[in-house]
Amino acid sequence: MDSVGSIILFVIVALSIVVFSILAVTTRKILRAATYLLFTLFATAVVYFMLDYQFLGAVQIAVYAGGIVVLFVFAILLTSHPGHNSEKLASKRRVLGLIASLAMLFIAGGSLLARCGALSVTKPDVATPDMNQIGTAMMGVGEGQYLLPFEAISVLLLACIIGGIVVARKR
Amino acid sequence: MEITALYYLVPSLIMFCCGLYGFLTRRNMIAMLISLELMLNGVDLNFVIFNRFLFPGQMEGMIFTLFGIALAAAETALAIAIIINIFRWVNNIDIRELNQMKF
Repeated sequence: MDSVGSIILFVIVALSIVVFSILAVTTRKILRAATYLLFTLFATAVVYFMLDYQFLGAVQIAVYAGGIVVLFVFAILLTSHPGHNSEKLASKRRVLGLIASLAMLFIAGGSLLARCGALSVTKPDVATPDMNQIGTAMMGVGEGQYLLPFEAISVLLLACIIGGIVVARKR
Repeated sequence: MEITALYYLVPSLIMFCCGLYGFLTRRNMIAMLISLELMLNGVDLNFVIFNRFLFPGQMEGMIFTLFGIALAAAETALAIAIIINIFRWVNNIDIRELNQMKF
């Protein structure tokens, strides 16, 4: 049984995820879309905190809300005029996109509801991984430990840095 | 009332569908990238929810989401570098007018 406070918090977070993600793809001002994306990412971080993954919520806020959204805002200010409305969509294209996303929604939602029994589990009461366990899992080479992907992603980030400099530098 | 896994999965599904709609209908490249971030975020949320509710005590889903966030950051930085470079060359980031390499 969940407390009333956690139910209210969940309703607020779920509603803000839904509303802000719809606004982020329908607003015609691109800077506002980035702001609504920021709110959606914050609400996702709150969901991570509610599921007791504190480290993941902190990473979400630091990387997404702190890094990626700032990159978006800089890129928007560099490539478009503030206050400029994007033009209205052609209705054919909008209808096609609406059909595709609604079909996705109904197919995935139908398969979710068909497995309603398997998914109506409440949150199991186990200790969530603490920082010590996460660090051991990232740095070990045993079973269920992830040193190789960790190193691969560091090489990927290095390649991304070099690629970003080479692509965006002035000639 | 109990909040089950299903209640958590519905907002992430709606987030993914919004991202799909935006990716298909938007013309501005940065707006398409924003929609892509929404889709990635919905998938990350799904991994965490399944990990927490169906496989408690393990952390495969959490680690996968951590790597997913790092990949999304790298992808966004590189895509924005490419977009700014395109803007510098053709002074426009509307996908309808960027069709020189289309065929």
